[in-house]
Amino acid sequence: MHQQSIDRREYNITAYTENQVGLLNRIAILFSRRKINIESLNTSPSEIEGIHRFNLVVVETEEVVRKIARQMEKQVEVLKVYFNPNEDVIWQEMALYKVPTDVIAERALVERLLREHGARAVVIRKDYTVFETTGHREETDKLLTVLQPYGLIEFVRSARIAIIKSSQGFHHKLREFERTEPGPEVSENDYLNSRGQVFTM
Amino acid sequence: MYPQEQPRPAPTSPETAVATPFSAPAARPISGAEAALLALLAEGVDTVFGYPGGAIIPMYDALYDFREQLNHVLVRHEQGGIHAAQGYARASGKVGVVFATSGPGATNLVTGLADAQIDSTPLVCITGQVFAHLLGTDAFQETDILNITTPVTKWNHQVTDAHELPAVLAKAFYIARSGRPGPVLIDITKNAQLQKFRFGGYRPCTHIRSYRPRPIVRPEYVAQAAALINQAKRPLVLWGQGVLLGQAEAEFRAFVEKSGIPAAWTILGAGALPTGHPLNVGMLGMHGNYGPNVLTNECDVLVAIGMRFDDRVTGRLDKYARQAQVIHLDIDPTEIDKNVKATVPVWGDCQETLPLLTELVQARTYPEWRQRFLDHDAEEIAAVIRDELFPTSDELTMGEVIQQLNELTQGEAIIVTDVGQHQMVACRYARLNRTRSSITSGGLGTMGFALPAAIGAKYGAPERPVVAIIGDGGIQMTIQELGTIMQTGINVKILLLNNQFLGMVRQWQELFHDRRYSFVDIQSPDYVTVARGYRIASRRVEARPDLQPALRQMLEHPGSFLLEVMVMRENNIFPMVPQGCGIGEIRLK
Repeated sequence: MHQQSIDRREYNITAYTENQVGLLNRIAILFSRRKINIESLNTSPSEIEGIHRFNLVVVETEEVVRKIARQMEKQVEVLKVYFNPNEDVIWQEMALYKVPTDVIAERALVERLLREHGARAVVIRKDYTVFETTGHREETDKLLTVLQPYGLIEFVRSARIAIIKSSQGFHHKLREFERTEPGPEVSENDYLNSRGQVFTM
Repeated sequence: MYPQEQPRPAPTSPETAVATPFSAPAARPISGAEAALLALLAEGVDTVFGYPGGAIIPMYDALYDFREQLNHVLVRHEQGGIHAAQGYARASGKVGVVFATSGPGATNLVTGLADAQIDSTPLVCITGQVFAHLLGTDAFQETDILNITTPVTKWNHQVTDAHELPAVLAKAFYIARSGRPGPVLIDITKNAQLQKFRFGGYRPCTHIRSYRPRPIVRPEYVAQAAALINQAKRPLVLWGQGVLLGQAEAEFRAFVEKSGIPAAWTILGAGALPTGHPLNVGMLGMHGNYGPNVLTNECDVLVAIGMRFDDRVTGRLDKYARQAQVIHLDIDPTEIDKNVKATVPVWGDCQETLPLLTELVQARTYPEWRQRFLDHDAEEIAAVIRDELFPTSDELTMGEVIQQLNELTQGEAIIVTDVGQHQMVACRYARLNRTRSSITSGGLGTMGFALPAAIGAKYGAPERPVVAIIGDGGIQMTIQELGTIMQTGINVKILLLNNQFLGMVRQWQELFHDRRYSFVDIQSPDYVTVARGYRIASRRVEARPDLQPALRQMLEHPGSFLLEVMVMRENNIFPMVPQGCGIGEIRLK
């Protein structure tokens, strides 16, 4: 059973849900009961009013992620769950860096480094300046390392947000959900047309 | 105003019970508590199991005016209340309803919620909660019951404003009973119970956009399943509680009889096909019958219907039915491929999918294959069953008690069992002619379940005899419910099989821990005297000649009766699949 661990990798789980108190806990415990750490979690209103979008990142095998995704989707207030490996999504994280203003003013090198890393000043005050950059983890990490020697005061990074490359958006799905009788689109059967890959007897 | 003006719908089936919307607006403002009770009536609720307390007093105050319409059963402990509601739901097929107060009242429900969640029992539990303005302040009897119960409920919700109540309760009943049923908990703050508002009428819930209780049936999968079955040489059907929950007993029987496939059951599926049916080849799992366990590993096509491949059924998964093509019918998509990979998944309500499948399968018989089951039966009878049911030892066995009970009830009683050795014996040997005749704590294995569940079962099926079979360990966990029996005068037969041990754990200690009997030697009170204290008729039996007369006395007694049977102290349940073994390694001794 434990040899599965070699197949573990990052998965991006995208869930569309109702905006409901307690739902975050209901979703989180699906992971914690299996002792799986959530590496990143973002939740915010989606493009559709009243519908929230969760982005979660976990490191697990596809089989475990599929089971959890189904268990998430089974929750009464969850509309739809997708899971994708990194190559199927466009993803970004945002980072903020607070640096003493005098260092930047005095050292042209720092300014150049910031520009090289695509950082943008958000706030400039006499005592400190806050820069913002967006990218993959390695990119935001790199700027962090670069700024460390120059008196970095504070650093924060957001959760990952991810767009699914093949997604057609959620509007048409929602219309299906709002129909009293479920259409065939709604209860998609993952197996259709992919039985060869799915059934590993 | 309802219910005076509008007749209550007859609670025939869960679907029709709420078919009529109650939209008559109230003439005067009513309290949240009263609105909640009107909602229960509209849902066809006739019985509530509960226990009052500070935060739910307004509900009880409103209940005072509904004593005629709603039968409230005062239990002795909230755990007893929820197990009774489970028994009620399992016997009747309706939603069980529980009232409890905040704090300890609510936390006492947790075991029952977990039990109902894992055994898919429809419940609506209503708990009182402190005033909304006190939430989060560690107020007296405040506990965060929503977060405590989230893992063990299908859905839960807190109501802080009476206006929400009708819609939330409508949702609660819809979620509890639809799809794969389960427990729902609604926590109502005291201010919401007291709050007066204009009740706009009650409208049952029939659709929630984010909730799909019934997957769409894909005919192409049914066709693939039928094709697999039609080319099978040694097919085997495994059925579970899904057949009962889908009220698909007739559809199931038609499928089995046309296809001619031998069928074995999980502990919660018991009774969907009568135990005496020629195609019923017995019980699956750790203490199930020899034939269906061994032959699961020899069949070529496995047809799993409304069952979830629990580890007590499968034993070691990597040694389970590796040779078989698996067809899995289930309403819950998360069960497909969870434990056993399905060759053909058939999602859907089995009441809907089974007739489609029956239509496409060929009428067959498998005489040689069925003979294999009979051969294994003969082995099991010789090695285990004969000595268990017709012992020659001095001491009584649990099996012969069940055998004698069968002779008297003729399989017509509802058998409610607790957890342990007596449970395995009762489930293995009880004769069941009708569906919804076996009620037990399967997935959670909750000792203390049977006594309160039997009380609830009797309310759920008052026309049927109810026999609770309980061990000397389990009865001491919820023995206070004898008080409920005393006060209500409900007619429940309690058959106490006393081996003066926590027998199942003792068996494991004997077999796997060198007979180191660590804390399994449990003492009992004098149950006959205890029962008498509760004004319940009782008797103790120790000798074989007294057994049948005593059982007859118990069954013929007009009211409740506790019969304690002293049975063999150190007897083991066989066959047995030891933990960590494949089902092929099942032991007969």
